[in-house]
Amino acid sequence: MSPDTVILLTGSCAAVACALVGTFLVLRGMALIGDAISHAVLPGIVIAFLLTDSVSSLPVVLGAGALGLVTVWLIESLVRTRRVKEDASIAVVFPALFAVGVLLVTRFAHGKDLDAECVLYGEIAFAPFDTMTLWGMVISRPLVALASVAALNLVFVVALYKELKIATFDGALAATLGMSPVLVHYLLMGTVSVTTVASFESVGAILVVAFLIVPGSAAWLWTDKLHWMLTIAAAIGVTSAFLGFHLAVYWDASIAGCMALAMGGCFVLSWIFAPREGLFGRWNLRRVTRERFAEALLLERLARAPGNATEVAAEFCWTAEQVARHWATVTSQKWITATGNAWQTNEAGRAQIQKIVGD
Amino acid sequence: MVAAMDFTLFNVVLGSALLGLVAGALGSFAFLNRQSLLGDALAHAALPGVCLAFLLGIALDIPPKQPLLLLGGALLTAWIGTLAILAITRTTRLKQDAALGIVLSVFFGAGIVLLTAIQHNVGAQQSGLDSFLFGQAASLLPSDVWVIGILGGIVLTVLGYFFQTFRIVVFDPACAATLGLPVRRYEILLTTLIVVAVVVGLQTVGVVLMAAMLVTPAAAARQWTDRLGHMVMLAGALGAVAGATGAWASSLEARLPTGPLIVLAATALMLFSLLMSPRRGLFWAAMRRAANRRRIAVENLLKDLWRLGERDGRFASPRAVSDVMAVRAASMSALGQAQSSGLVRRNGTLVQLSERGLQHAARIVRNHRIWELYLSRRLDLADDHLHRDAEDMEHALDDDVIEQIDEALGRPGTDPHGRPIPRGVPGSTVEAAL
Amino acid sequence: MKKTPALEFHDLTVAYDIKPVLWDVDLSIPEGQLVAIVGPNGAGKSTLLKAALNLAPLSSGFVRVYGAPYPEMRKRVAYVPQRESVDWDFPASVLDVVLMGRYGKRGWFQRTNAADRTRALDCLGKVGMLEFADRQISRLSGGQQQRTFLARALAQDADLYLMDEPFAGVDVVTERAILTLLRELRDTGKTVVCVHHDLQTVGEYFDWVVLLNMRLVAAGPIAEVFNTDKLQATYGGHLSILERAATRLLKDRRGRARDAR
Repeated sequence: MSPDTVILLTGSCAAVACALVGTFLVLRGMALIGDAISHAVLPGIVIAFLLTDSVSSLPVVLGAGALGLVTVWLIESLVRTRRVKEDASIAVVFPALFAVGVLLVTRFAHGKDLDAECVLYGEIAFAPFDTMTLWGMVISRPLVALASVAALNLVFVVALYKELKIATFDGALAATLGMSPVLVHYLLMGTVSVTTVASFESVGAILVVAFLIVPGSAAWLWTDKLHWMLTIAAAIGVTSAFLGFHLAVYWDASIAGCMALAMGGCFVLSWIFAPREGLFGRWNLRRVTRERFAEALLLERLARAPGNATEVAAEFCWTAEQVARHWATVTSQKWITATGNAWQTNEAGRAQIQKIVGD
Repeated sequence: MVAAMDFTLFNVVLGSALLGLVAGALGSFAFLNRQSLLGDALAHAALPGVCLAFLLGIALDIPPKQPLLLLGGALLTAWIGTLAILAITRTTRLKQDAALGIVLSVFFGAGIVLLTAIQHNVGAQQSGLDSFLFGQAASLLPSDVWVIGILGGIVLTVLGYFFQTFRIVVFDPACAATLGLPVRRYEILLTTLIVVAVVVGLQTVGVVLMAAMLVTPAAAARQWTDRLGHMVMLAGALGAVAGATGAWASSLEARLPTGPLIVLAATALMLFSLLMSPRRGLFWAAMRRAANRRRIAVENLLKDLWRLGERDGRFASPRAVSDVMAVRAASMSALGQAQSSGLVRRNGTLVQLSERGLQHAARIVRNHRIWELYLSRRLDLADDHLHRDAEDMEHALDDDVIEQIDEALGRPGTDPHGRPIPRGVPGSTVEAAL
Repeated sequence: MKKTPALEFHDLTVAYDIKPVLWDVDLSIPEGQLVAIVGPNGAGKSTLLKAALNLAPLSSGFVRVYGAPYPEMRKRVAYVPQRESVDWDFPASVLDVVLMGRYGKRGWFQRTNAADRTRALDCLGKVGMLEFADRQISRLSGGQQQRTFLARALAQDADLYLMDEPFAGVDVVTERAILTLLRELRDTGKTVVCVHHDLQTVGEYFDWVVLLNMRLVAAGPIAEVFNTDKLQATYGGHLSILERAATRLLKDRRGRARDAR
């Protein structure tokens, strides 16, 4: 494989692994817990690095991943004391752990190939050159690590699809059905931790937040269906990985940074163009809704007492143009019937009111 | 101490303390407004601004590391970040947490792209820009300290001036709006002040740790006081102490970064406050719970002794310790406690209620039985549910309440199980002391 | 000459998203009345108050307070939000909260002064909370929190009081105390409009009632509109609650008739 292919594959695997679990973080309103975990695993990674001289072996991933669970537990315990609210608990816990990590890096990893900056944005460009031998093939170690995590996350999401879905949308129901929402919660947090640690050397502790949160958020603007959300999020992740790589080559800048930026771009596009949740869609929906409301108000008025356009115009504080427009709609839709010059709402019109007000 | 400090160190300590002061005071409002992570997002969003300002400096051929130029750039993108967060939460179904996460990570990604592009393309001159990532208090110049001092002074003056208004806008924005206060404008003002504090702090503690500078001192201060004014001042003071301590400690040895040490100092203050503050401290709460548990154990012991007395009518006669312990695996420590408070007398393997112990036991048993009776008559609880409930309540009810219930029930003679409700100490049954 | 109503809604329609919350509400509340807004959950009761205060987005129609748009009459209106709408763990004393009611009298660069303090303490006295002036608000009972909010509204010296469930979750003593206070306000010519959830006490507590279920079902003096037919129209099929309310109402009427004799 050419180095470029390795980088692209590594980035795509990181994007898919993160998008799969990140989607659930977004849906559960826990985006910032993901942020906290990604920072707080740092001391675990550094200690493991100092002990084993590598950052992507299995013991490191599991050991540092456990620190992610500890973080979640610490935040929850602090909230349970009822002395500090959740947002503040997050903001107190993760910087403290991150500070310990930075302190360890600066103090003890001096001169080794783990430095403070790589902590923040990783270096995916090294992926092709950090190799291992697997089944007789020489292959990139970060690629193997991230591909395994992506596969693991896929298995996790598919196997626990029903549980994750119910625990996300209705924890109480999940509990009554005999599932343990707490177990699902900690499994998810554990998966997020492992994913974060595995992505660490390629994308770093902070940019991984973009990989976790942004594709899932963008996907939620396109669909309400969970399986589609997961698919779209993964697709956005992979697309951004490709786009980002080419941007990075063009600008001669950080590859992971460009991938995060590309995800931001995908989010902005979704924000503007998504059919129902996008800015255009919403603007259009609001406009149409306002029209339907006005027409229904007009029908309601004519259901109470017959009248004509001139009388109605005097009663409502509408411009002549508005009255003419709404009048045109209700007559062309045959929602009102005339007796002489007195118009009254007919059966179809009443049905239309019912449809709009819908009580 | 100060005399021994050289001028550079004095500079660094002063700058860090000033930053801690400003961030702590402002952070109090973010903390109370449940926007603790806004500072975090804004700090990350400032990074691309710093880089853009640097590029602008090069393009205009002015010194690109001019502090005010970089601060201006940081302010600009942090502001755009704030607006983006607002716009996302207003116009999409995404909640605050996702909006913060998106802005934080994407802006940071943009910052990293610019930073690495500058490093690769502009080259040598870049050194120093990456100090914004983790902060580099050690490199603070006197001119930087002046900038921090002046900006901080302005921020704190504005905060002091609008203190009362900020209080109501944060506490009850709907009410503030009906009072005719321009709530939106005050919120923007408050966020701007936070942005200034964040931007000032970037040089010292860096992008990632700035959240802690805002929130940790405020969370610590909240534990000590219930007054907003005191809280803001205390948070400022704790922030200053953390800043000075961290900066000083980092000078002790090589390769001790200032930012993390400042944050760890603040975290230590926060933990101490959480545990030891007089009214809200978790340590004291645990002590109170333990004392309560001990009291309940002693009261149960007295009650068991009383019950043993009820069997033969001799309430004050000595019983074998092993018999008493057998009733409910009571602990020896409860016995020791009761003995040292003079409620029981003990001689070898025998234990006996004292005069005071008798009174106390009679009162507890009376409370327990009256409560059971009340539950059974008024709430129609089944008999087998009564005991557990009364068991918990007898230690919590005060005598006034029991007196009222007793009167309301018509001073009954027996409980629902037919056992007598003791009224006063059965004087005749008191036997000679051991 | 006809008196200007305290509060008027003209063809008011409010929609937060696509579904309307209030639909075509045409209502005018006379001055000097103690008014209940009654209706099932999600009927738009709170939204009606918020619409009056410019806190809800109007899709159509308009609101008049004493015959003028709300911003012009802001100083004559006081609002008591639902108790749960604020964080009671906020570091403030009872007096701090009541003083907030005086901010409306001050401009951008003015602070509250000694006179405001006296007025605030005075209002605390009226709700029986004087001794709690320095108490931290997190250490108040539900009833005391509600009294604090009420004192803040009194400190605004308004003419129209809009209250969102002032009787929700308070003890019996507080309920009585609040009621007495509201009646005093009415007797001095003020108008009090409360969102109310307890059908059984409507007849006893209030003079005037607004029955709301997205649309206006009926509005007027209790004796004219508060009857089983109208309640049925408001609440739909929940007859058991209605019948109890109606019986209670009948009892109250008979009681009042007896008192009159």
